[in-house]
Amino acid sequence: MTNLFNYIDRPSPIHRLTGACKLVCLVAWSVAAMTSFYTPLLCIMTVAAVVLFRVAQLKVKDISFMLGVMLVYILMNNILIYLFSPNHGTSLYGSQTVLLRIAGPYVVTAEQLFYHFNVILKNACTIPIVLLFVCTTNPSEFAASLNRIGVSYRISYAVALALRYIPDIQREYRDISLAQQARGTEMSKKASLVNRLKAASAILIPLILSSMERIETISNAMELRGFGKGKKRTWYSGRKFTRADILCMLVCLALVLVSLTLTYLNGGRYYNPFG
Amino acid sequence: MKKFSVKTIVAIGIGAALFFVLGRFVAIPSPVPNTSISVQYGLLAFMSVVYGPVAGALIGFIGHTLIDFSYGWGIWWSWVIASAVFGALMGLSTKVLKLEEGELGKKGLIKFNVGQVVCHLICWMVIAPVLDVYMMGEPWDKLIAQGLMAGVANAVTTAIVGSLLCIAYTATKTKAGSLTKE
Repeated sequence: MTNLFNYIDRPSPIHRLTGACKLVCLVAWSVAAMTSFYTPLLCIMTVAAVVLFRVAQLKVKDISFMLGVMLVYILMNNILIYLFSPNHGTSLYGSQTVLLRIAGPYVVTAEQLFYHFNVILKNACTIPIVLLFVCTTNPSEFAASLNRIGVSYRISYAVALALRYIPDIQREYRDISLAQQARGTEMSKKASLVNRLKAASAILIPLILSSMERIETISNAMELRGFGKGKKRTWYSGRKFTRADILCMLVCLALVLVSLTLTYLNGGRYYNPFG
Repeated sequence: MKKFSVKTIVAIGIGAALFFVLGRFVAIPSPVPNTSISVQYGLLAFMSVVYGPVAGALIGFIGHTLIDFSYGWGIWWSWVIASAVFGALMGLSTKVLKLEEGELGKKGLIKFNVGQVVCHLICWMVIAPVLDVYMMGEPWDKLIAQGLMAGVANAVTTAIVGSLLCIAYTATKTKAGSLTKE
């Protein structure tokens, strides 16, 4: 309950980086991975992501659950892509090297396999970085870091409020849910889908109406304390950038440039070993 | 940049927290993989109608990002952005529906539901797949199937949960002009 975001406190160089720096790196890394289909770059990024993971002293057993969910996701996603377009690779790379015929349009081509390899790589190079961010950044530093990278403090504060109230709302949800169950609301698999939705509403309405009241109370309290009157505000858990932070951010931003340049030099988004 | 009122900021914070709790713990699995029937879109539609487009967009964006973070499976920016756009589009109907003044009725409910179905179609059939095609290079047919499933499921839950919320909320508000002079 308390550790919803899987923050794991360990003494490592990555934990020592400021949250703002890690946020910039995460966004830059995702952008680089999303814009590129240049296979060698994706391979390098995947290896680098795994190495960083070791540097942060994270162990596979810390994240075994998330890893499992992810693998199932990647598998399902690829099966779905293949079922819908078994010849997507051919249309992307413009050639067809048939390896195996199954039935009808379902053939296995080298191009399709290569395309799937790329899709898997794209997931494999971002997911460790997101896990890394989640496991090494203290959630309370999160809002402060948003403000540091230039997001208005009002919006940063909204994020801080969300993080602050998630446990409260969770507790309230559980209380209302138990109260409704005591009154005979069925939410388990035994009920039909429509009934389950109705049961969910029976919990949601009290939950949300009480939250609307909570909004009134909190905003009055904040207004009384003069929130939003100044141009800036300070953060308890905010930290200054160190040299290591600036270096990391420069490396990640360079990665975005490399990714864009490679796409440009390649003359298209897809790295084509068949042409 | 326009200054937000304190109330909008708090609404964004609490709204995102609610969106998170509903999305993370109340998800009902659906037959298509990677897609679950999510009750949180009913809430998002309702909050957007009450607090306006900016609040709607930010509740969708922050809430969805936090859900992706807590699962740790990577952030699917295309779907996060689609959630934000849904909030923003629904927020545009604030002026039409006037929930704050305690008016809803049958007409209001019909308007709300037509609006939410259109918004869902735009988000899950257009915005999410287009972004996915660009970012992930996935085939269209698969994305459209996924989007259709998600869009229909979300529209159904929004129709049930969102409408009930609107009715319950307007019942707590005093109607404009409900006082008469004796």
